Amino acid sequence: MSFLHTLIHGNEGGLKTDGLTPTQKVTLRAVIIGVLYYGLSALEGMMMRAHAITPLPMLNDTHYFSVMTVHPIVGIFGSTYLIVFGAFTFLVPYLMKKPLYSIKLANATWMLIALGALLAWLGGFLFHYAPLYTLYWPLPVDFKQFDALGGLVFISGIALIMIGTLGFIYNIFATVFYTEEGHEKRPFKPLLLSALGIDGVLNIWYKMTGREPYSKEPAVSLPVVAIFRGTIDTFLDALVILTCGILILVYIVSDLSGAPMDYTAVNALLYKNFFWWGLDLIADGLVLIYIAGSWYLLAMLITGKKLFMQNIARAALLLELIVSWAVWSHHLLADQGQYNMMKLVSGEMVTAFELVTQGIAIFITLVTLWSARPLKMTNELKFLLGGILGFMLAVPAGIIQADMGLNRILHNTQWVAGPHFHVAILVGLTMTLYSAIYILWPTLTNNVKLYSQKMATYHFWAHLVGGIGMGAFMGMAAMDGMLRRTLYLEGEYQTYMILAGICGLLLLSAWVVFLLNVVLSIGVKGLIGVFTKSKLQTKDLVPQA
Amino acid sequence: MTDSVDVLNMLKIVYTLYTLAVISLICWFGLGVVNPKGKPRIVKASTFYVYVGALITVGVAIHIVTFNKIPWVEIDFKRDSLKAAQVVNITIEDHKFMLPSPKIELNCNEYVMFDVVSKDLTYGFGIFRQNNSMVTQMQVVPGSKNDLMWKFGKNGVYHLRSTEYSGPKGAHMYIKDVFEVTGCTEDDKHSQKRGSL
Repeated sequence: MSFLHTLIHGNEGGLKTDGLTPTQKVTLRAVIIGVLYYGLSALEGMMMRAHAITPLPMLNDTHYFSVMTVHPIVGIFGSTYLIVFGAFTFLVPYLMKKPLYSIKLANATWMLIALGALLAWLGGFLFHYAPLYTLYWPLPVDFKQFDALGGLVFISGIALIMIGTLGFIYNIFATVFYTEEGHEKRPFKPLLLSALGIDGVLNIWYKMTGREPYSKEPAVSLPVVAIFRGTIDTFLDALVILTCGILILVYIVSDLSGAPMDYTAVNALLYKNFFWWGLDLIADGLVLIYIAGSWYLLAMLITGKKLFMQNIARAALLLELIVSWAVWSHHLLADQGQYNMMKLVSGEMVTAFELVTQGIAIFITLVTLWSARPLKMTNELKFLLGGILGFMLAVPAGIIQADMGLNRILHNTQWVAGPHFHVAILVGLTMTLYSAIYILWPTLTNNVKLYSQKMATYHFWAHLVGGIGMGAFMGMAAMDGMLRRTLYLEGEYQTYMILAGICGLLLLSAWVVFLLNVVLSIGVKGLIGVFTKSKLQTKDLVPQA
Repeated sequence: MTDSVDVLNMLKIVYTLYTLAVISLICWFGLGVVNPKGKPRIVKASTFYVYVGALITVGVAIHIVTFNKIPWVEIDFKRDSLKAAQVVNITIEDHKFMLPSPKIELNCNEYVMFDVVSKDLTYGFGIFRQNNSMVTQMQVVPGSKNDLMWKFGKNGVYHLRSTEYSGPKGAHMYIKDVFEVTGCTEDDKHSQKRGSL
């Protein structure tokens, strides 16, 4: 069979989209767009990597920083949010054994987020709006440097993303609590207690006091508990970002209407606290909680066994949620106006608890896998191990920089960008998502055969080595003083940047090979067919056998 | 006196060893979990609790060690009660540092207070060696107190750079050879400059 034929029709007939349910289709749509946005983000990353090696003539300072501004927006919201939300849109009803609350809302969600990411990207691409994702006040309203119209486009994009996010949140919560047609009424209280993981805490307490367990069979499975908890942080984060967005929009509109407002009316340090409290709910809240939940689910699916120490895992997820509300000050350790006690308690001590909560998730997942030896080294297992390794490297790197002594010389250096958040996102988070994609692949595609295992293996190694390598060389540059948002024009860190660039290329090649493998498996026809209306009028998650 | 080079060198060794250990652990685990002769093994709950105890110990110990070994942490905590021998007032506006003089001389082993004011945006204040490694830094937030107390223990000539992004116009906020520290018994080998300022 010719390559062209396989490309168009897929491997062994490819994806038969007529047989996909509406829920399968909406999930695949979000994941496909998310994977494409990942590629855009990776390309932007490579532009910046190349510029760090030697300044590119086509990138002036304004253009460079606008790329730096949209890169995380496209990567986190356009890619990660869409893949995660898409997967959970399928998994929550799948694990709750009932249909998704609203397929229409799920479709609106991915479209709003995809459109929002595109708008935000256009704000940078067309107008070079470049306040970075940190949006430190009053930079987003500094119209001596930025075009207010660009700000309007960018912030409107962010607002759309957050509105889409609220749609996802509503759908998830509603799916957990609603009673489907023909089913006896599901009581609210046990569902709520279980979704919050309070039943796990009560079980531990009852055991300690010599009583029968509070709940022998929890109303909500553990991965759904994690998704539910993470979604609480997603909600709070969306509210904070929306609030900041509205504030910025007010200033933008006033400037465009010829009546600029005084930016000193907003206290920059107070704003920074508020903004970081919300933004940090992504990094130190929902990501860690969603990841823990994903690991638990993957471990259970891979082994077919129950999770090791279920009640502890449930209680740890509750602890993680509370911890995530009180750690934002580690972003302000270099701010001398921030109270020392807040730096010490929130920035150092509570933040250090993330070592414990994430450590518990790693331990429980690994022990669960070990308890089912011997396993087969499938794609999902190897990517899961890669994801765990990513967080084993990135979380301690974060704890190290969340120290008042070390932060003084690490803050805003390449350490933060390299060993901490790029390793966390690229190796930890993304490899976990790939594991989920590989394990859900047969269910979502009705058993389409993967085109090439060799390509999947290359994808794994190139992504793992590229991700860890890039983080490592950025970290080494940080040790020699390289900042993360500064242009170096005299080749000060060129050797490190060349090595980091090679690793970046490996990452990009991994994505290209993965995408090609997916397209050759399902075919271009299948890819397009995912975006057409489902011919199956059913609320079932997968077609009836 | 311990300086940032010593701390970063130690961090480089510790984190590299940790990275190698963790990669080895996952490799060992990966090989073991698919070993056809491998038997399922149940881990005791007590092992889990010992592990959690170890995590808590490590999380707390990092901060205790750095508090006791890194000299600037205590100075930072006590800067309100310590008397500065020298106060350096710097203002930043329109992406420009306004210095009290083009070259600022600092005495060894004396408390110096850098009091930096931003008139518009959020900036950074960072002191760097001749080899570009960082000595120290702080954020400079408009409308807030931005005071950094520091004690230099080695002779050297240092650069000033904004360590925070303040828009594309702030990408080159960098002034070479602003600070000169004299009077120490030891030279900062990474920050020596030929000739006097």
